[in-house]
Amino acid sequence: MNDSFSIVGKKVFRQDAYAKVTGQAKFADDINFPGQLFAVMVRIASAHAKIKSIDYSEVINDSRLIKIIDHSNIPGNKLVGPIRNDQPIFCFDKVVTPGDVICMLIGENVDDLNKLKRKVKIDFEELPVLNDPLKSLEENSPLIHPEFENNLIIHYPLRKGNIEKGFADSDYIIEQTYRTAFVEHAYIEPEAVIAIPQETPNSVKIVGSIQNPFTCRKVVASVLNYPLANVRVIQAELGGSFGGKDDTMNILSARAAIGAMITGRPVKIKYTREESILESYKRHPYILNYKVGAKADGKITAMKIDIIADGGAYSSMSPFVTWRSVVQATGPYEIENVQTDVRAVYTNNPYTGAMRGFGSPQPIFAVESIMDELAIKLNITPDEIRRRNCFTSGSFTASGQKLEKHDVNLIKVLDTAVQKSGFKEKWIKYHSLQEFKSLEHKNLSFNDADSLILKEQDYLNNQNYLRKGIGLAVSYRGCSLGAEGIDAAAAYLSLQNDGSLFLLCGLSENGQGLRTTLSIVAAEVLGLTLDKIIYLDQDTSLIPDSGPTVASRATLMGGGAVKNAAVEIRNRLEKLLVDEWNLAGDAVFTFANDKVKYFGGGAKEISFNELCALAYKKGISLSAMGWYKGPDVHWNEETGQGSAYFTYVYGCQVAEVTLNMATGEVFIDNLIAVHNPGRVINLLGAEGQVYGGVTQGAGYALWEEINSEKGFIKELNFDQYLIPTAKDVGKIKPYFIEGRDIYGPWGAKSLGEPTLELTAAAIANAVRNAAGKRFFNLPLNLEEIFLGKKLKAESLNRGSA
Amino acid sequence: MNDKSSPRKFSRRKFVQGVSTTIIGSYVLTPGVSKISEKLEAETKEIASGKKPLNLIVNKVRYELMISPETTLAEVLRNELKLTGTKLICNHGECGGCTVLLNGEAIYSCQMLALDAGEKEVTTIEGLLTGEELHPIQKAFVEHDGLQCGYCTPGQIIAAQAILLKNSQPSKEEILTGMSGNLCRCAAYPNILKSVLAAAGYLTEGTNR
Ligand code: FES
Ligand code: FES
Repeated sequence: MNDSFSIVGKKVFRQDAYAKVTGQAKFADDINFPGQLFAVMVRIASAHAKIKSIDYSEVINDSRLIKIIDHSNIPGNKLVGPIRNDQPIFCFDKVVTPGDVICMLIGENVDDLNKLKRKVKIDFEELPVLNDPLKSLEENSPLIHPEFENNLIIHYPLRKGNIEKGFADSDYIIEQTYRTAFVEHAYIEPEAVIAIPQETPNSVKIVGSIQNPFTCRKVVASVLNYPLANVRVIQAELGGSFGGKDDTMNILSARAAIGAMITGRPVKIKYTREESILESYKRHPYILNYKVGAKADGKITAMKIDIIADGGAYSSMSPFVTWRSVVQATGPYEIENVQTDVRAVYTNNPYTGAMRGFGSPQPIFAVESIMDELAIKLNITPDEIRRRNCFTSGSFTASGQKLEKHDVNLIKVLDTAVQKSGFKEKWIKYHSLQEFKSLEHKNLSFNDADSLILKEQDYLNNQNYLRKGIGLAVSYRGCSLGAEGIDAAAAYLSLQNDGSLFLLCGLSENGQGLRTTLSIVAAEVLGLTLDKIIYLDQDTSLIPDSGPTVASRATLMGGGAVKNAAVEIRNRLEKLLVDEWNLAGDAVFTFANDKVKYFGGGAKEISFNELCALAYKKGISLSAMGWYKGPDVHWNEETGQGSAYFTYVYGCQVAEVTLNMATGEVFIDNLIAVHNPGRVINLLGAEGQVYGGVTQGAGYALWEEINSEKGFIKELNFDQYLIPTAKDVGKIKPYFIEGRDIYGPWGAKSLGEPTLELTAAAIANAVRNAAGKRFFNLPLNLEEIFLGKKLKAESLNRGSA
Repeated sequence: MNDKSSPRKFSRRKFVQGVSTTIIGSYVLTPGVSKISEKLEAETKEIASGKKPLNLIVNKVRYELMISPETTLAEVLRNELKLTGTKLICNHGECGGCTVLLNGEAIYSCQMLALDAGEKEVTTIEGLLTGEELHPIQKAFVEHDGLQCGYCTPGQIIAAQAILLKNSQPSKEEILTGMSGNLCRCAAYPNILKSVLAAAGYLTEGTNR
């Protein structure tokens, strides 16, 4: 098949749009089963405590209660985790963070249960609380999980070249420390799951807002001590996830399943927003120390990186998240001498895990900031310093991997962004406005002498205080799981004898538009119109385990699997036509618009539905299972060397901001996002991914922050946790540069995460350009810019509760 | 926050306390009444449990319900009427997921006691469809990809409906302001804006119905 497409790369309407705009789409909390009960969680207000005793006597005989479930009801694994089993389904000896759950109450009515849960008396002894990740490895710091010898979750070293020599060879050295915050996924649908006992003994069905049904099945099966086949996980329509509906949902599913198996009735758990933010994991805060050495011409000779990631109370995905960080920490620059150490540690803070970006937004913020600092020091523009160092075809990464077998078109991506935004001229102009470099506000007029409140014209309209800035950031990103794990996916296509098609894939529709993307792939190969395709809901009992829907791998892996299945069916149909029409074995057909045509001597044509009917009559199988496996990759844990990922994508974003020097407020006027996702399958969906990623990235840059005060979260709802609204970000303009790749369907790779990971870095650089001053701590909110520090809440009381 | 009316602020808790006192008062009398018809007995129990009658008109259908007075409109729609298109996202008046029309005005149904909606006309997302035919606003959201996961979408569409009912040709700025009380974490915002602009066009052209 050549590169002229009938549907790939066009704007295609979302397959599930009808159900979603009519309110008919069924999300987990919209589904109820006859006889269904509810479960509510019981917690204690402590970030670190030893549980001494639990007294149920005041609730046990209450008629509103049907059952209390705690750790003693767990038949199988009491501790779970994707990598290290350290997280309890129900706590039994101690709690290590305020989101921890000790037991749950099951009954008919949530309101009643919420009243009852206050009557469960839990006696506990407070233990010293550890909040500072920098103290976590100290000799006398409290051990969060005493079963391990220290609070270290993982340490990844990476050594390339000779770091001392690299710095000795340099003309300039810059060393800086950057920090990022805890960030909440804030998927707009809070968690919900229902477990339903099945007719066969010892089997359960789970329906829920679950990002990774196969991982969920594994956890539930291990907790119930059931074979995998006895646990059937079905994904309900998912109201956003962004990496967030994984561990939390697996644990909730396990709790619901225990409840269902013990009561013999369906049990639903649904979280309020407050519970969701309290218990679910966050994006890791990082403390990043970067030291960079460069020659006078801008060529980087050495980079030394030290990163501490706050893993919070449980290890969760920390080992994988920080692994991506160690691979990508230098940014897309070819550097001969690199020394990187990334450590993730336990604290009593909320635990951290997978979130869109997955260990990349933090180092990108740091490395792209320091690249700009280097450019300023060397008196060249930020695009130029990148051009002098960035990857091209055949470059070697920090882990010693040669970039080959795909278009390494970072320079093209960068040049496009620079040219579309007029970057260079604007950057030089704003940078040269030296007299505006001071953030001092002594000339402002306050309401009265004692007040720090500015008069309205000074904080809103005074043009003197409005500064423009422009900033850019570039990145490269390894596609799919890399050396994290087995990388393969399945898809099942079943053509009906009238030419309509069922499509089922082992990866999940999380709202990102996977149904549409995969339907397009099948439609392109078979020449079907999209209205002929029925996309079936993901169900672990109907399709092979395809791993998790993470790492922007669904289009690449799922698309590859769908394409393989479709090609297999098409080959059978072509062979049938060769026989029917007496053609040569290598006859070439076109499949498009529900028709199949042959243009050779004596052109022929058959409608697709007639062809399917014919195949059915001849006993030819019209269904196929497609399997797509990524090539093997490898990694050396001691040296951090190896071929980390089998292919990469490249991106560049340019942000233009207005900075109000009087208030510290930043407004994003414009954001240009240039990405190379390999091949765009659905243009409409791809644009949506950019809008979403950039806006979430803007939230990360400017507003979003979970404060863990002694482990407790203050921002438990959207009154305190601020996510961007329709008015908060100016114009976003996506551009796509396609590049050839031997992997994925027609070279289609990743887009969802690349769109987010760059944004905060580009905005931070734009703010630097406007303010003439570097800010080191995300988010760049008013106080960070105006006061140069973060104001901490004095109490945990919530303003509007 | 925008032009969406967050209904009267008063404490739900105090309100409930007040109501339950009267009901408990009447409960004291009921044990004396024996051998009444089963229906009456059931109703008496309802009253005894603190429930109040509610007449609600939703999507042009009239419902007669007995509800606990502290129940919000959103809870009645979702749990009693099974109109699950209306979503509860923050239950805190912050996100707009529960937006419905009340006599043509957008309100956050999580912040309104259902009893306060009595005898008023409520329109939910389910009320926009005619048979299988999409309302022009819904059609515009499909065509301009004004959604991703779709969880905020019913609220967005109803908010758009409220804007367009008041102003058939809103400017971009007016749309953004009117819609800024509806959070979308997938951040389909640029496409939501395009959708509402397109919907305004469809509605004035009268291309659909
Ligand atoms: S659920 Fe009502 S405003 Fe958020
Ligand atoms: S479409 Fe997902 S939150 Fe709006």
